[in-house]
Amino acid sequence: MIIDATVMFDLFVVTLACFGAGALGALVTARSPTLARIVGHGAALIGAMAALAFGLAGLAGGGMQLNLPDLLPIGGAAFGLDRLSAFFVVVIAAGAIPASLYAIGYTREYAGKHSLAGMGFAFNVFVVAMILVPLARNVLTFLVLWELMSLASYFLVITEHEREETLRAGWVYFVMTHTGFAALLLGFLLLAKATGTMHFVQWQVAAAHLDPSSRNLIFALLAVGFASKAGAIPLHVWLPRAHPAAPSHVSALMSGVMIKLGVYGLVRVGFSWLGVGPGWWGGTILIVGAVSAVLGVLYALVDADLKRLLAYSSVENIGIIMLSLGAAVLFQASNLPGIAALALIAGLYHTLNHAAFKSLLFMGAGAVLHATHTRNMEDLGGLMKRMPQTAAFFLIGSLAIAALPPFNGFISEWLTFQSLLLSFQISAHTINLIFALGVAALALTSGLAVACFVRAFGITFLALPRSHQAAGAHEVQWTMRAAMALLALACIVLGTAPSLMLAPLEATIFELMSAHADVQFNLTAVVANDGFGWVAPLWLALALIVFLMALPLGLRLLGANKQRRSYETWGCGRALQTARFEYTATAFANPFKRVFALLYRPVKELDIEFHPESRYFVRTIAYYNEGRLIFEDALYRPLLRMIETLAREARALQSGNVHGYLVYILIALVALLILTV
Amino acid sequence: MSMFSEIAIALLQLLMVMFGSPLLVGVIRKAKARLQGRRGASIFQPYADIRKLLLKEVVVSENTSWIFRFTPYLLATTMLLSALIVPVLTIRTPLGFMGNIIALMYLFLLGTFFLALAGLDAGSAFGGMGSSREVAIAALAEPTVLIAIFGIALRAGTTSLDGIITRFAAEPLLMLNAGHLLAFIAFFIVALAENGRLPVDNPATHLELTMIHEAMVLEYSGRLLALVEWAAGMKLFLFLTLLSNLFFPWGVALANTPMTLLTAFLALAVKLLLFAGAIALVETSVAKLRLFRVPELLAGSFTVALLAVVTSFFMK
Repeated sequence: MIIDATVMFDLFVVTLACFGAGALGALVTARSPTLARIVGHGAALIGAMAALAFGLAGLAGGGMQLNLPDLLPIGGAAFGLDRLSAFFVVVIAAGAIPASLYAIGYTREYAGKHSLAGMGFAFNVFVVAMILVPLARNVLTFLVLWELMSLASYFLVITEHEREETLRAGWVYFVMTHTGFAALLLGFLLLAKATGTMHFVQWQVAAAHLDPSSRNLIFALLAVGFASKAGAIPLHVWLPRAHPAAPSHVSALMSGVMIKLGVYGLVRVGFSWLGVGPGWWGGTILIVGAVSAVLGVLYALVDADLKRLLAYSSVENIGIIMLSLGAAVLFQASNLPGIAALALIAGLYHTLNHAAFKSLLFMGAGAVLHATHTRNMEDLGGLMKRMPQTAAFFLIGSLAIAALPPFNGFISEWLTFQSLLLSFQISAHTINLIFALGVAALALTSGLAVACFVRAFGITFLALPRSHQAAGAHEVQWTMRAAMALLALACIVLGTAPSLMLAPLEATIFELMSAHADVQFNLTAVVANDGFGWVAPLWLALALIVFLMALPLGLRLLGANKQRRSYETWGCGRALQTARFEYTATAFANPFKRVFALLYRPVKELDIEFHPESRYFVRTIAYYNEGRLIFEDALYRPLLRMIETLAREARALQSGNVHGYLVYILIALVALLILTV
Repeated sequence: MSMFSEIAIALLQLLMVMFGSPLLVGVIRKAKARLQGRRGASIFQPYADIRKLLLKEVVVSENTSWIFRFTPYLLATTMLLSALIVPVLTIRTPLGFMGNIIALMYLFLLGTFFLALAGLDAGSAFGGMGSSREVAIAALAEPTVLIAIFGIALRAGTTSLDGIITRFAAEPLLMLNAGHLLAFIAFFIVALAENGRLPVDNPATHLELTMIHEAMVLEYSGRLLALVEWAAGMKLFLFLTLLSNLFFPWGVALANTPMTLLTAFLALAVKLLLFAGAIALVETSVAKLRLFRVPELLAGSFTVALLAVVTSFFMK
């Protein structure tokens, strides 16, 4: 299908205009928080819809070129659209539509406490910057937008700046994102110098002639920069801090969408900017992905803060995506382009799926926070009866993220497994072993994800409420529910009719690496590698429904007793059943804490205060079970200490003496002269 | 193949799993009793148990939500659906197109997910304890499952259930391989763990602090309990069928004629009987492991599965 260039351009302009109107509108209506809230997020909603149309048209083959030489120095602003960019625009828009809708209701609570005009402004800038990043076609355009996106999200993260921990989270985010930025800047400049051009499109051809060592160095720098945005371990430390601190609609966007731009960068680095990379790039990405997936879910599994749990689970999912990206690079290097394309499809499909279910789960957590004012799972419970719709949406999100059929996470993990298992076609024992461990890591991850989300949903929504806030909770306002309903629907549709998205993805991959993926599909079935494996999700879903309806009928025909009586839970003969009898989030995670004690290094403490008269009577018992974060302890603390020491040493240079500074200037001048000559 | 015979075969497989599973449970119990020097109940006792439960009223905790009432139906549904996908008698299963072995394993996980939620739903400490342990074991067993599948796929060149059987039946030499035996051992251990058998969990006890599966379903009664128990039986039946037919594919019908189907039926009966005997023997001779020793067992099975894969690589 050929789509007229003017249509594409119009959609692009409409998108920009809506976000511009939203940003300015929020500022203009600053006097009335209600108006600012509705104008700011309403305009973003319309802009995101236009962006979705733009992205879908791009996936269908519509292209766009736009150069604005006067907007920026060094080459001007350059935008372009290919299918890969369009796919990421779709991912971002698909996350931004429900997030904007949700924000209209969710930000009501901020009225009078925080500036809704500022929030609306930053939100629009954030979303439009994200949409433009994959369209950027030269270094400066890319970096300016990348920084704009980081700054806007930084201001959104510190919305609740009256709280100390929010500011600290914002600070960690600020530092990490700029460390990543520095790596990107260096990588881009080296690449631009080596190829002699700042324009992305010309890199692929020129990069083939680079010498291997500088190509490897550029790869490492860019990969570190993008992996830090994606939140891969060990560069993940900002994620579990910043995502919970942000307002929930922003958490949904950051976790569901923004970190995916790191994935976008990795795909560009691995498959287009630097040409086809050597196998060890893929091996490294695969191993980092496997480690991120397993450790991410292990940290999520023991966290009692609902939003931090979700943030850690984003680290896990980024790990799964990187697992398939790394596999794709390895297959490509091993001359198996069809399977490489299959792996890449799996990774990109998981990117979209994660955007859907993680946004949904963050919004669900936001609704819980809105209704109970706590994120601590130990104070929740019983919300199934108080917020039945939110609970149903959260359940769908949990099933999807646990990769269970017939939801969308299952399809992308299934595709990932197929591509990893096909690695036996490579005949190099080391690579085979890496893949086998990748399969094991992914399997462990998906098993642990099941445990993690049984806990997240079960402790939060089921049984009795553990606090009076939870007991008094009510269902949230309709825009929030509508946003969650949209995403839940997306999880079901992407899970039962994957061909809707696999077809454009296949075209995207073909455009990127000119290889047809080793996968066949029609509306009902997906087949990998000519019958190596298959799944028919639509039929599975239908068969499940048919059996679910037939079973009660069958039991009735067999003459089963239909009576049902409500009674209290069995409590070993105790008269009173309270929430204190329930299993807690901590207790639920305890088997994992023990099995993986090497990772968590749990510190247990038991404080018992006895009655002054007799030790046989206990007044209070306090039990602490804290885990330590090994990456913070082993990597970041020493690093910070080193920087502090260096800074202290450098203080000696600052004598305060004007003559001394003059000498420094002289030395610097001479050094520069020597360097340039 | 005509529409009629397709439906007939689907029904045949479904009925075999539906009505064969209580018998399998009964046979295992009987064999165990005889090995322990007891006379034991009739092998048809599980049918009577299910009938009794179906006739009783259901008592549901007032703390629970719809999850608790929905789960037994979903659990039985996933097993019935699996009965149509697994090559029980024939590789030409009418609904085999719905998924390969990985999809099948995730279908089982779907049931585990809901059962664990149901365990939490009543708000009793037992249910939570059971759920937590059940998902821990399921999660730790998952790498073994997938690596064992990898080991099979390596040699059979496919992850489709019928493809694996066709390949192994055509080239039995593929099975004369250390990798095959190792993958089988790993999968057998996982089957014990996933089905709550000794040495991981004891299906015959309600000892409060050690039970796993029984703790999770403690609140169930009446027809809901009947469904849960029946589904557990079907899961065991399906796992043992997979073990029988994937690792020892003799007798499985490669084409559907009355004669091959009859042979397949008899072959499966013999294989399942052997497995029932093996399980009874294991359960009589080993003690239940402490909960925190179970991960060691699963780590062991994982190592065995990995060895199966590695040997396959080096003997290619």
